[in-house]
Amino acid sequence: MVKHRDSTHLVHQYLRHNKKFPHVWCPGCGNGIVLGALIRAIHQHQYERDDIVLVSGIGCSSRMPVYVDFNTIHTLHGRALTFATGIKLANPKLKVIVVTGDGDSMAIGGNHFIHAARRNIDITTIILNNNIYGMTGGQSSPTTNYGDKSTTAPYTHIEHAFKISELAVTAGASFVARGTVYHADKLQKLIEAALTKDGFSVVEAVTHCHVQYGKLNKLGSNVDMMKWQKDNSITVQKAAKMKEEDVEDKITMGVLMDKPLPNFTKEMAKLKDRAKE
Amino acid sequence: MANKDKKSVLIQGNQAIVEGAIAAGCNFYAGYPITPATEIAEMMANRLPRIGGTFIQMEDEIASMGATVGAALSGAKALTATSGPGFSLKQEIIGYACITEVPCVIVNVMRGGPSTGLPTCPSQGDVMQARWGTHGDHPIIVLAVSSVEDSFDITVTAFNMSEKFRTPVILLSDEVVAHTREKFEIPDPEDVQVYNRVKPTVPPEWYIPYENTARGVPPMASFGDGYRYHVTGLVHDIHGFPTERREEVKAFTERIHRKISHFYKEIQIVKKYMTEDADVNIIAYGSVARSAIHAAKEARKQGFKVGVLQLVTLFPFPRKDVEEVLRSSKRVIVPEMNMGQIAREVKRVNKNYTRVVKLNRYDGSLINPDEILRLIREAL
Repeated sequence: MVKHRDSTHLVHQYLRHNKKFPHVWCPGCGNGIVLGALIRAIHQHQYERDDIVLVSGIGCSSRMPVYVDFNTIHTLHGRALTFATGIKLANPKLKVIVVTGDGDSMAIGGNHFIHAARRNIDITTIILNNNIYGMTGGQSSPTTNYGDKSTTAPYTHIEHAFKISELAVTAGASFVARGTVYHADKLQKLIEAALTKDGFSVVEAVTHCHVQYGKLNKLGSNVDMMKWQKDNSITVQKAAKMKEEDVEDKITMGVLMDKPLPNFTKEMAKLKDRAKE
Repeated sequence: MANKDKKSVLIQGNQAIVEGAIAAGCNFYAGYPITPATEIAEMMANRLPRIGGTFIQMEDEIASMGATVGAALSGAKALTATSGPGFSLKQEIIGYACITEVPCVIVNVMRGGPSTGLPTCPSQGDVMQARWGTHGDHPIIVLAVSSVEDSFDITVTAFNMSEKFRTPVILLSDEVVAHTREKFEIPDPEDVQVYNRVKPTVPPEWYIPYENTARGVPPMASFGDGYRYHVTGLVHDIHGFPTERREEVKAFTERIHRKISHFYKEIQIVKKYMTEDADVNIIAYGSVARSAIHAAKEARKQGFKVGVLQLVTLFPFPRKDVEEVLRSSKRVIVPEMNMGQIAREVKRVNKNYTRVVKLNRYDGSLINPDEILRLIREAL
């Protein structure tokens, strides 16, 4: 495995040299860590760049595709999975990867997400969960925790957060994993695994928005927020042995679901054969 | 093209759209059930897999539009069909297809509106939404069909224009055309002229995906062709990367309009029936055009000189042809199944050449020839 600390040169290989840098992310943002993990995972599998399509919606994390040298598409808020579905079905040979955020995939795109999972279409979706709308300046998202503050919840948030990975499992995805940007190596391994899976594979990458969420909720710097990730993460195996109420505030890390289920893309090929008979 | 051995079929307008789409090379359909367009989805579900194409019923209208554009980016010729409420939902992604210049065809079988309106009744109430439904300055092509034959032919035209000009094309049908069954001879595939998008032939490192060419339509690579480029709904520079530089934004906006406006002659299709010597001309489109033609023929029998200008292309509005008719007529009648959407365009073009009279129905019924005939008699 390529260690992330040795891999700056590798990441640079995959960046677009003709793109106008700098990027849009704030200093200390976790999005770059996820992008690094994704690039190393892709490199590990030696996929051809021409075969990869990186699809995103709208938001901070959805700016990711523009920087990397694949077929890339920055679609509309919430709709990345609908475009990805068309891209994949019209050319099943393509390796289609979606990057999206918690607002993009769980609020405006929530319906598309559960249906992509239900279909179990052969797409890998990486969800960067920072519990807030960062790009628009810190509004509540579907994963903002009860009792926390945002610019649209100045008297604290009275709604309850979605658990993204658990939702993906229930909706029918064949592979679901959760990692954090603190555990960058582990995150890379989870993405690596997701890329090889048949069907809809989801990796939830828990990250921090110290600029909006951290500031509004007095959680400290990006380093403090990453330390929090470190101190509050437990493995899926450990969580299984704990009481439910003790797990409630923890980040359950690892593979939550890994089961071969009928893959929509392959089912579609079979359907076409049946129709031609 | 007439071939006596050819089998005639009795089909409805919706089926003719399916046949036309397949003849034009359509190999992808994403849709969602909605009256009165559902038959298009059902028939596509049956037909496409047999020819190796893909049909998918998506979770909603928005998703159908997203999948349609996604498939087109992978190289497919993609179609989606809907009606009023679904058409409203698709608008954001239609705008995305405009700004990213993705060829695709969107059928809207018009029913009474607004909102759920009159799901099983005909209407022409979506004409202006077809032109201006998505936000921002954007070019678009809107075509209207009036019969089963049209539904086939104009669907082919819609695909050809979408491919040639890299633009979404809106095809407006209405409940009358969609569900009327007529005798039709399906042309042989070799008799159908099909245009495919121009693909890049330069080495990938030379490819400029949104190059500001004279014609305005840059070659389009499919994902997976080896030309790795960026697609975004943000205003972009010639390489596809987001830009806010004024000169680049201006050049981009002007190019995507120029690629349509330079080809008005080719894009603006009208059919003229006895317009030249007519005292009264009727400007009509969709199923109403047929009532108009019938009324004109009847009027001629009764000694009135009446003609019909049928608009196949609604937008870009065929100003020159309309102007010609306005100049030569004593009176122009614009019958529509709405409160006067194209009539407003006609009046905009009319510079006191003649008097423009509207005939509108918005009660969920079609306009019959007698109603038009009555107005002709009043006029003369």
